[in-house]
Amino acid sequence: MSAATTTENRAPRIPNHPDSPGASGRPGALDRSPARTLRLGLERARYEIAAYFRRRDALVFTFLFPIVMMSIFSAAFANLSFGPAGSEMNVARYYLPAMLAAGILLSGVQNLGVDIAGERGDGTLKRLAGTPLPVASYFIGKLGQALVTATAQAALLILVARVVFGVALPTEPQRWLTFAWVFLLGVLTSAVLGIAISRLPRSGRSATAVIVPVTIVLQFISGVYLQFSQLPEWLQNTASVFPLKWLAQGMRSVFLPDSFKSLEQASSWQLPEVAIVCGVWLVAGLVLCRLTFRWIREDG
Amino acid sequence: MSRDSSGSGASAGTSSTPAGGRVRTADPVVRVRGLTKRYADRNAVDGIDFDIERGETFALLGPNGAGKSTTIEILEGYRRRTGGEVSVLGVDPSRGRLDWRARLGIVLQSSGEPATGTVRQELRHRASFYPNPRDVDQTIAAVGLDDKADARVGRLSGGQQRRLDVALGVIGRPELLFLDEPTTGFDPEARRQFWQLIRELSAEGTSILLTTHYLDEAAQLASRAGVIAGGRMRALGPLDELGGAAARVPIVRWRDAAGALHEQRTERPAGLVAHLQSELARDAAAGSSAGAATELEPRGLEVVRPSLEDIYLQLIAEVEREDAAVASADTPSTSPDTTKPGTTKPEEVRA
Repeated sequence: MSAATTTENRAPRIPNHPDSPGASGRPGALDRSPARTLRLGLERARYEIAAYFRRRDALVFTFLFPIVMMSIFSAAFANLSFGPAGSEMNVARYYLPAMLAAGILLSGVQNLGVDIAGERGDGTLKRLAGTPLPVASYFIGKLGQALVTATAQAALLILVARVVFGVALPTEPQRWLTFAWVFLLGVLTSAVLGIAISRLPRSGRSATAVIVPVTIVLQFISGVYLQFSQLPEWLQNTASVFPLKWLAQGMRSVFLPDSFKSLEQASSWQLPEVAIVCGVWLVAGLVLCRLTFRWIREDG
Repeated sequence: MSRDSSGSGASAGTSSTPAGGRVRTADPVVRVRGLTKRYADRNAVDGIDFDIERGETFALLGPNGAGKSTTIEILEGYRRRTGGEVSVLGVDPSRGRLDWRARLGIVLQSSGEPATGTVRQELRHRASFYPNPRDVDQTIAAVGLDDKADARVGRLSGGQQRRLDVALGVIGRPELLFLDEPTTGFDPEARRQFWQLIRELSAEGTSILLTTHYLDEAAQLASRAGVIAGGRMRALGPLDELGGAAARVPIVRWRDAAGALHEQRTERPAGLVAHLQSELARDAAAGSSAGAATELEPRGLEVVRPSLEDIYLQLIAEVEREDAAVASADTPSTSPDTTKPGTTKPEEVRA
């Protein structure tokens, strides 16, 4: 009886203020259409991209990292040549596809993984959870950020390779078409896996310590830093489970002459396998995100 | 259960709203019945009830770890309850969807990691989430950040960041605003400015749930308050009646001729003081203590009406004593003590 009597006896508190969305005639019922989700996703992407380039640590460790690595390799191995007898090339040209693949991994798995774990740790996700932002829009924002930053990074990397290190770039449209789909598929897969892996660190503080070793190990066994053909077969087989090996291989098919096929495990670029393995990881990553993503850690 | 002091509570609550509001019999914006939250080994919230009426500012008070934050986080939809009924804007928070969230504003206890953008950029971005947001520049002006509108959030002072938190909380024109310890760490002037902002929001018709450690803040802003301790609602009602009439009886303190301190609670302090004076006059006539008697002035005389803080602290102390007693007693008493304020049932608090 208490609630009812309380309400009846109480004097009116609120004049129906014209600007306040009171119980009667709320001006802004929420639009729940996919169009709103997409519009907010694009707004999130814009916001995330701006935030990315304001963070100096992200800029150095993710964005410029592949360029720094390629420069170091070029300086260190300036006198070496790579490739099968008769078609040797300089170190920059040989490492360009590997660095492109590494950039895809860093922009997605490492950058998003650390970023989102940090956002969970510092309460950013809790704040977003208290707003009418759809989770899907948040994901679209992250994917958009990874796509735009990875594209800018790849463009800069190719430009530096061409201008500074004199790397000959492919001229056939077919190769650039291959580049486009491998890159796009790679970035999406990497970004989705980044969102999924952000659940692993127990705190924002430990995010770097948990996620960076994963990406470093993957880069070493997948032929980014070490020549894949020189790794023992069991390590090659292990790496073949993960998408990075296939991304690097796909990139080699774009930037290296066909004579380099002989150095591949199957003596072929295996582009269909590149698509299949990355596609499987993309789908698995999406399912994982859908099942495991939470704005905040659940309480006991 | 007649838990609430509805009759006189209304007058206390209308102070901050413009006159002339028409009669409405709206459901309360928040309705809580028998709310419990059990963690592995203990009940963090142990069966609490309260309502918040539309347009009202309600303060939730209590010591740290008393269950305040757990309660507010359940209402905000961040935590799931173990038992009881909760309705926020007519919706069960554990099933609240985005259209429900669009009607809430939440200001969390801490500001968190500052965003990378400017004040205006952050607000404009947040505004895009809502169907009918406030004007960004007007909101910036309302929280007094005009001259910081284009400053990076990371460069704001703590107080300025807190105002931004409030701006972010209200940008979507919430019907109900949660303010969790909004002014912790403010200097007195910043706190007064902040209170003015909250009063303006309240005057616009926003319902507000405020938690605070500052009793004066609750007294300034809220019409009603609930005191939570040990996971239970220990007192509930208008702030000027909290703790019951007994807790508000004035205290008269004085020193006798020998210098000993006396303290007496009385509903008639003037009568007591007159009595003390007549005693002094009698003593003077008898010639016993001439010095004091010439002025007929009791030494160290004070008439004190317990402040809200006194009442609150007394309430909490009683709860702690009582819990300690319950813990040590082999057979707890079956008949509740209805004479003493601050016992476990809120309806008993008001004498």
